[in-house]
Amino acid sequence: MSHLRVDLRQRAEELVALYPRPRSAMLPLLHLVQEQDGYVSPEGIDEVAELTGTTPADVRGTASFYDMFHLEPVGRYVVGVCTNIACLLAGGEELLAHASRRLDCAVGSTTDDGLFTLEETECLADCGHAPCVTVNHRYVRTTTPEAFDAMIDEVRQGRRDHEIPDHGTLVRVRRNGGLRVPDEVIAAERAAAKAARARRLEGAG
Amino acid sequence: MAVLDAPRIVTSRLDFEDSHTLARYLATGGYTALRKALSMHPEQVAAEVDQASLLGRGGAGFPAGRKWSMLRPSEVAYLVVNGDESEPATFKDHLLVERDPHQLVEGVIIAAYALQVNRAFIYLRGEFALGLERVQAALNEAYDHGALGRDVFGSGFSLDVVVHPGAGAYICGEETALLEGLEGKRGFPRIKPPFFPAAQGLYGEPTVVNNVETMSNLPWIVLNGGAAFAALGAGRSTGTRLFALAGRVNRPGVYEVEMVKNTFRDLIYDPAFGGGVPGDRPVKAFIPGGVSAPWFGPDQLDLPLGQDEVGGQGSMLGSGSVVVLDDTSCAVRAAWRITKFFSRESCGQCTPCREGSGWIERAMYRLEHGGGRVEDLDLLLDLCDNIAPGLTWPPQQTTICVLGPSIPSSVHAAIEMFKDEFLAHVETQGCPFD
Amino acid sequence: MTVNGRAVEAAPGELLIDVAERAGTYIPRFCYHPRMEPVGMCRMCLVEVEGPRGATLQPACYQRVNDGMVVTTDSPKAKKAQEGVLEFLLANHPLDCPVCDKGGECPLQDQTLTHGPGETRFVEEKRHFVKPIEIGPLVLLDRERCIQCARCTRFAAEVAGDTEIAFAGRGDLIEVAPSPERPFASVFSGNTVQICPVGALTAKPYRFAARPWDLEQVESTCTQCAVGCRLAVQSSGNRLTRVLGVDSDPVNHGWLCDKGRFTLDAVDGHEGASDPLDPSHRITRPLVRRDGSLVEATWGEALARAADVLRAAGEVDGGVGVIGGAALTNESAYAWARLAREVLRTEHVDAQYGDGLDARRVLALPGATIDDAAAARVVLTLCGDPREELPVLFLRLRGALVRPGHDLVELAVGPSALHPLATVSIPVRPGEAHRVVEALLDEGRAPADLGLDEDARERARRLLDDGEGVVVVAGRTNLAEDPAVVERALTRLAEGLPRATFLVASRRGNVRGAIDAGLAPGLRPGRVLAAGGRDTPAQLAALREGAQRAVLVLGDLLGNVLDRTGAEAALERADVVVVAGHGGATLAYADVVLPAAVQHERTGTVTNLEGRVTAVVPKVVAPGAAWPDVAIAAELARSLGAELAMDTVEDAARALESSTGYPALSVLLDATSEGRLAGGAGAPAPRRPLDPMAFPGIRSAEWVGLGESAGDVVESAPAAAAPTLAAPTLADLGSAPVPEVPGRDAYGLALRVAPRLYDHGVAVTGSPALAALVGPTVARLHPGDLDRLGLDTGGRLVVRGAGRTVELRVARDAQVPRGVLEVAFGALGDEGEDVNALADPGAPITQVKVEAR
Ligand SMILES: Cc1cc2nc3c(=O)[nH]c(=O)nc-3n(C[C@H](O)[C@H](O)[C@H](O)COP(=O)(O)O)c2cc1C
Ligand code: SF4
Ligand code: FES
Repeated sequence: MSHLRVDLRQRAEELVALYPRPRSAMLPLLHLVQEQDGYVSPEGIDEVAELTGTTPADVRGTASFYDMFHLEPVGRYVVGVCTNIACLLAGGEELLAHASRRLDCAVGSTTDDGLFTLEETECLADCGHAPCVTVNHRYVRTTTPEAFDAMIDEVRQGRRDHEIPDHGTLVRVRRNGGLRVPDEVIAAERAAAKAARARRLEGAG
Repeated sequence: MAVLDAPRIVTSRLDFEDSHTLARYLATGGYTALRKALSMHPEQVAAEVDQASLLGRGGAGFPAGRKWSMLRPSEVAYLVVNGDESEPATFKDHLLVERDPHQLVEGVIIAAYALQVNRAFIYLRGEFALGLERVQAALNEAYDHGALGRDVFGSGFSLDVVVHPGAGAYICGEETALLEGLEGKRGFPRIKPPFFPAAQGLYGEPTVVNNVETMSNLPWIVLNGGAAFAALGAGRSTGTRLFALAGRVNRPGVYEVEMVKNTFRDLIYDPAFGGGVPGDRPVKAFIPGGVSAPWFGPDQLDLPLGQDEVGGQGSMLGSGSVVVLDDTSCAVRAAWRITKFFSRESCGQCTPCREGSGWIERAMYRLEHGGGRVEDLDLLLDLCDNIAPGLTWPPQQTTICVLGPSIPSSVHAAIEMFKDEFLAHVETQGCPFD
Repeated sequence: MTVNGRAVEAAPGELLIDVAERAGTYIPRFCYHPRMEPVGMCRMCLVEVEGPRGATLQPACYQRVNDGMVVTTDSPKAKKAQEGVLEFLLANHPLDCPVCDKGGECPLQDQTLTHGPGETRFVEEKRHFVKPIEIGPLVLLDRERCIQCARCTRFAAEVAGDTEIAFAGRGDLIEVAPSPERPFASVFSGNTVQICPVGALTAKPYRFAARPWDLEQVESTCTQCAVGCRLAVQSSGNRLTRVLGVDSDPVNHGWLCDKGRFTLDAVDGHEGASDPLDPSHRITRPLVRRDGSLVEATWGEALARAADVLRAAGEVDGGVGVIGGAALTNESAYAWARLAREVLRTEHVDAQYGDGLDARRVLALPGATIDDAAAARVVLTLCGDPREELPVLFLRLRGALVRPGHDLVELAVGPSALHPLATVSIPVRPGEAHRVVEALLDEGRAPADLGLDEDARERARRLLDDGEGVVVVAGRTNLAEDPAVVERALTRLAEGLPRATFLVASRRGNVRGAIDAGLAPGLRPGRVLAAGGRDTPAQLAALREGAQRAVLVLGDLLGNVLDRTGAEAALERADVVVVAGHGGATLAYADVVLPAAVQHERTGTVTNLEGRVTAVVPKVVAPGAAWPDVAIAAELARSLGAELAMDTVEDAARALESSTGYPALSVLLDATSEGRLAGGAGAPAPRRPLDPMAFPGIRSAEWVGLGESAGDVVESAPAAAAPTLAAPTLADLGSAPVPEVPGRDAYGLALRVAPRLYDHGVAVTGSPALAALVGPTVARLHPGDLDRLGLDTGGRLVVRGAGRTVELRVARDAQVPRGVLEVAFGALGDEGEDVNALADPGAPITQVKVEAR
C-alpha cells in the first residue's frame, strides 16, 4: 500500500523516471512527501526508501541535511525571516523579533493554533527587498512590521491562498512528460557523431 | 563616472511584465541564437565561447571555454547548471530564473550542443519556488516548441533537461556537493582529486557545471560572436556582469555592469546603480564578492570591477555580490553574523570547518553581546590560521572544500581593519552601536 | 619518494598514509580505516606535500603516492595543522574519560596526551546531547563523544551493505542515527563499536565491564562458524570480557559477526542455571547416572563407567559409534578419531549431524579459498544465506561483488543477503538443484516442469562458460532435503565446468578440521579413504533398531538434528556417553557425562571452510574439573586398556602432523600467523598492520603490533619431513548417484528448513545479549503463494507434514521460490512445538499441505 495519495504516487513515479538513477529523485520525492503530509513523515520516508532503492535510515539522514525538510510536523505556513548580512543591515533581527511577538511564538516553534511556524533563515537571495520574508517559500516582500502584520492577517483569512500553497514548493511545478529521449536514440546519435568525427579526422590526416 | 553604454546582454527583456513567457521571448529574438548554433559545428560554438573569455559567474571565475575543453571524452557526459545561489547577498540568478527562464534554457541547449551532451540538469535552490515553476514552464514550452527533446529543431541533436529542486543547503552550491544532491545524497563536497567534475562528475561521468548567469550569456555570445563579447570589459574580465548590490545603499538591487570600465564607487554611488549611501554616510567597508571574500575599505572604492584587479588586492569578485557597510554598521556584528552563517551551513565533514566555525561563532557572539576578552582577538586569529594556514589570499586550506577557508575571511578582515571597535566591545562588554 | 627526507619505495597509487606507516612514520588519523574507502574527513592526517604551487597540506589518508613525491609529516606547518585539528576535535568533546569505556585505549586521548595542548582555550559552552541512546539491541551511542569520522556509517553502508545507520543533520549537529522505526539490528553491529575511534559507540554487553589496562589478550580463532575469523580474546583475570576482530588478510579483514563477538557470555554459563538439561548450564564435574538421575562423580568413577558402557557395547560388531566433534579442535578430533578406530574399533564416526554433505565428495572437489572467491570473475552460489550461516564470508563475497568485473550467478534456494548483487538469479526448489544444474550445463531445452527463465539460463551459461574464473560456493541448501541432491549437482558442476573451483560452505565451526582429523565415515585421519561407516542418521537408525548399542556424543546432539523425535527414540534405547562443556537436552539420556573445556579455554588448531589451519589460544582456565578433550580421550583410552600416547595437545598435534602431513604442530607453534592451508602450498600471507583504534596496548600515538601480547609461543620447531597430506579425488569416488525425487504435488508446498545465525544453540541461548535476538517463528512464502492462500504477512497458516500439524504465522518474501514454504532450523511454535518435525525424515524432500487459518 502506498502512503502517498494515488495522484502523488503517480507523480513520484514520474519523478523517478526523470533521472538515470532512482536515487537522484530523492530530494523531489521528499518535497512531494512534505507536500502531502506537511512534513517528512516516517511513512513517507519508508515510501521514498522503496522508490529510491535505499533504506529508511539513509532517507532520513539525507532529508535531515536539508533545511527545507521538516522531520517533525510544522505549521501550515512556515514563515521565514532572514537575518543574514544584507537583512541584518536592513533590520532583519528587529523584524524577526517583531514577528515572534506578533505571532506569539518563539523562533523555531509553531503557533498554538498550528497555523504558523516561525523560522530564522539564512540568506534567501532576495536582498533587494531586505529584510526578506517568505511564507512557504513564496517571497512576500513585507519589509516593515506593519506590512508584516497585514500580510499575516491576509494569510489567516485565506486571502493569499492563490499565491501561497500549503507546505511544499513543488505544488505547481510539473514536468509535462517523462524523459523524452530514449537511451537508444542517444546512443545511436553518439555513435553517428563519433563516426563523423573519425571521418573528419581521417580526412584531415 | 560610470560607463553605461554597454549593451544589456542578460537583462534586455526585464522591462517586460511577461518576460518569462515563450511568446515574449520569441518576440524579442529568442531561440534565434539556438538556430544559429545548430547550423554551426559544435566545436565552432565552443570556440566562440572560448574567444569570448566568458569567466564563470558562479564564484570561482574559471573561463567557461577552458572548462568545456577539459571535458573528458566519454560515451556519457552531463551538463549541470548551478542555480543554487545561496551565497549571502547574492541574488542575481534569482532574477534570471524568475524573469528570463527561456534565456537560461536557450543557453543550456546551446552549451549542451557545443559539448555534445544529451542530458542536462538545472539545479535550482529549493526556496526559488516561483523560479522552479517558471523554469519548468519554460522547459515545457521549449519541448513543445521543438527546442528540446528529440531532434532539436530538426538538427538531429537531442537533449533532455531536468529541473532539480534543492532543499536548503548553502553547501550544495559547491559543485561537487551539488552533484551529490543531484544524486540524491547528503550534500557533502567530494574530496579532491579528482579536481574537476569535467573528469569525474555526476555518477562518475564527465560533467560540466556552470552557473545560471554563465549560461544566460550564451545566446548573446552566439548571436553576436565571441569577439563582440570580448570587446567589452578589459583583460580577462570581458563582457558585462550582474552585480547584486546590498547593504547600506539607497538602491539595493541587481545591475548589469560592464566589467573593468566601472569601479566599486560607480556601482555604489552612480544614480543608475546604487545611488549612494542613505543619509550620505561614509562607506566604512564593503565586501566585494560575497561573504566568502575578504573585506575592502574605502581606499579600494576606486578599484575597477575586474577579476584580476580585485584578486590582486587580496579579495575576489566571487559571486558578484557587493555588501556595503557604513559608519552606523557594527563590524563585529557583521562578522559574527557571517560566521554564524558558515557555522550553520558547514556540511560537517571536515573537523576544522565544522568545529572551527562553531567555535569562532560563539567567541564572536560573546564579543558582540558582552563577555568578550582582549585575548579573544589573538585566539580568533589563531583559530582562523588553523583553518586557513597563513591567512593568505587565495587561502591555503586544511579542508575538503573552500567553505572552510572562507570562514576566516570576514573575521580576519574585521579584526585587522577594526581592531579598535573590537576593543571597544570588550571595554563596554557590549555593542557600542546598540 | 621521500618521507621526511628519507627515501621510501612505494608503488604508484598506494595511499601515502600506508606507505609512511610501512616506512615507520605513523601519521595520526581518525577517519581512515585500511579496509574502507578513504574519505579524508577528519583532517587529522594532514601532511605537507610538495607540488607545483609549493608545499600544500594534504590528507595522507587520501593522497596517492607518485614517483618522486616529497612529503613532510613533521614540519612546523604540518604539526600546527594536526594540532589545530586535535584542538578542534576536543573543543566540544566531553571531559568524561574517567567514565568512558574507551578511556585507556582511546586514540583521541592518546593523541591529546602525546601532542595535545596542555590547556584548553575553549571557554564556550560545549554541545549537549541527551545521554546515551540505544541505536540497536547491542549498541549504544553517546553523541557528545562522536567525532563525526563516519567509520560506523561507512561500515554499515560500504562493508555490511545495509544502511541501517546514517549521518543525520548537518554541520556540528551531525549525529549517527538509525531510522527511528528500525533499529540498528545488523548482525555485524559490533564492528562499529570496535572501529569507533572514541567512546561514542559502546557495546551493551561490554559497557563498564572492565578498564582496558586491566585486560590481557591473546590472538585466537573464532569457532562459531566455519569462516574461522581471527580474533583477540581479552580477559580481566580469569573472566572473559571482550572479543575483538583481528585483521587477517586471507580471512576476516578485521570483521566479526555479532554472534562470534558477543557469545562469550555463554562460555561460563549462567550462574543461576543448575539444570544439566539447560544449555546455559556449564558442566564442571563428571556426572554419572545413578538411580535414574545424573550425579556428580570423580573422574576415575566416570571414566570407568564410560569405559564399561563402551566396552560392553563394543562386544557386538558395530555396536558402538561416535557422533559430533565439529566444535572441537583438530587435535581433540584427532584424539577421538584414534580412540574410535584403534580402541573402540569402530568406523561409525561422524562429526556432522546429518546437516552436511558427504565429506569425501567435498574433499574431492578442486578447492578454492575465500580470496579465490573474492577474486573470481563469476561466483556461482548454491547455498543458504551466507549472512545467516557464514556471516563474514558474506562480507568478503559482498565486498568483491560490488566491484566491477565480478558477477554473481545465484541458484536461489531461498532468501539470501547476496541476492541484490546477483547478475543472474535462478530460483531452485527443493529436490531440483541437480536438475537445474543439468539444464545449465546442457544446451538442449530445459525440462518444462523446472519453469526456468530461458533468458536467465542463457545469461548464466554465458557467464559460466567453461568455468574459467568461476568459483562455486556451495553448501547444504535445505536440511529437509536429501543431501544427494546437492552432491549430485556439485559433481555435475565439477564435470561440466572443468576449470571451476569450489568453496564448500560447510557451516559448523571446525567441521572441516574434524573431518580431516578422521571424524567422518569413510575417511581416516589425514583424509585417507576407508570402507564406509555409518553417518549420524544411520547411527541413529541403527540405535533404534538395536544394531548399534552405544554412542559416544561429542557435544550436543538433540539440538543439532532435524529429526529430533527419531534421535530421542534412538538415545532412549542406547547407552550414551556425552563429552560436553555445556548442558543440553541430550544429557537426559546420558549414562556418563565427561566435562570438557570449551572455546577460549583450550589450545590447539582449527581448520576453516577453505582448509586454512589456524591456532586457538586459551585465555581463561576451564572451570572446575573440566578437561581438554585430548586429555579426556587419552584417559578414556587408558581406562579401556589402550594408550594413545597423547597427554598434551602438542603431542596430538605432533602425531597428527607427523603421521599425515596435516599442519597442526607447525601452526600451533606460530599462533599469531595467518595460518596455513592444509595440503596447500604457498608461504603464509604477511600480517596487515592492525587498525590501531581498539586494542589496548596499541597506542595510536606509538603504534605497535598485537603479536607482543599474544599467547605463550612454544619455541620448538615441528618435526622435519612430514608426509604429504592425502585427499580423495573425483575419480576415486565416481559421479554422485542421481537422487530419486518424487514429482511435485500441485496442491502442496515443498518444505525448506534453513539455519539462521541466531538459533537455539548454546552460543546464542547461553548469552543473554544474543538470546533476545532470536527471531519469532514464521513460515516464509512467496507473495504469489500467499496471495493464492489469501494471506498477508502476519496471517496464520495451518501446515501438515510428516503426520503432524503446526500452526504458523506467515511472512511474505519474494526471495522464497514459488511453491516453497520455508522455516528456520530449530524453530519452535507458539506452544513450543518442534516445527522441524514437519519434515519427513529420510524422504528426499518433504511436501506439506497448507490451509489458511
Ligand atoms: C561553498 C561554495 C558555494 C558555492 N555556491 C555557488 C552557488 O550558489 N552558485 C554557483 O553558481 N556557484 C557556487 N559555487 C561555485 C561552484 O562550485 C562552481 O565553481 C560554479 O558553479 C561553476 O560555474 P561557473 O564556472 O559558471 O561559475 C560555490 C562554491 C563554493 C565553494
Ligand atoms: S570545508 Fe566545510 S563545507 Fe567544505 S567539505 Fe569541509 S566541512 Fe564541508
Ligand atoms: S582525513 Fe585522513 S585520517 Fe581522517
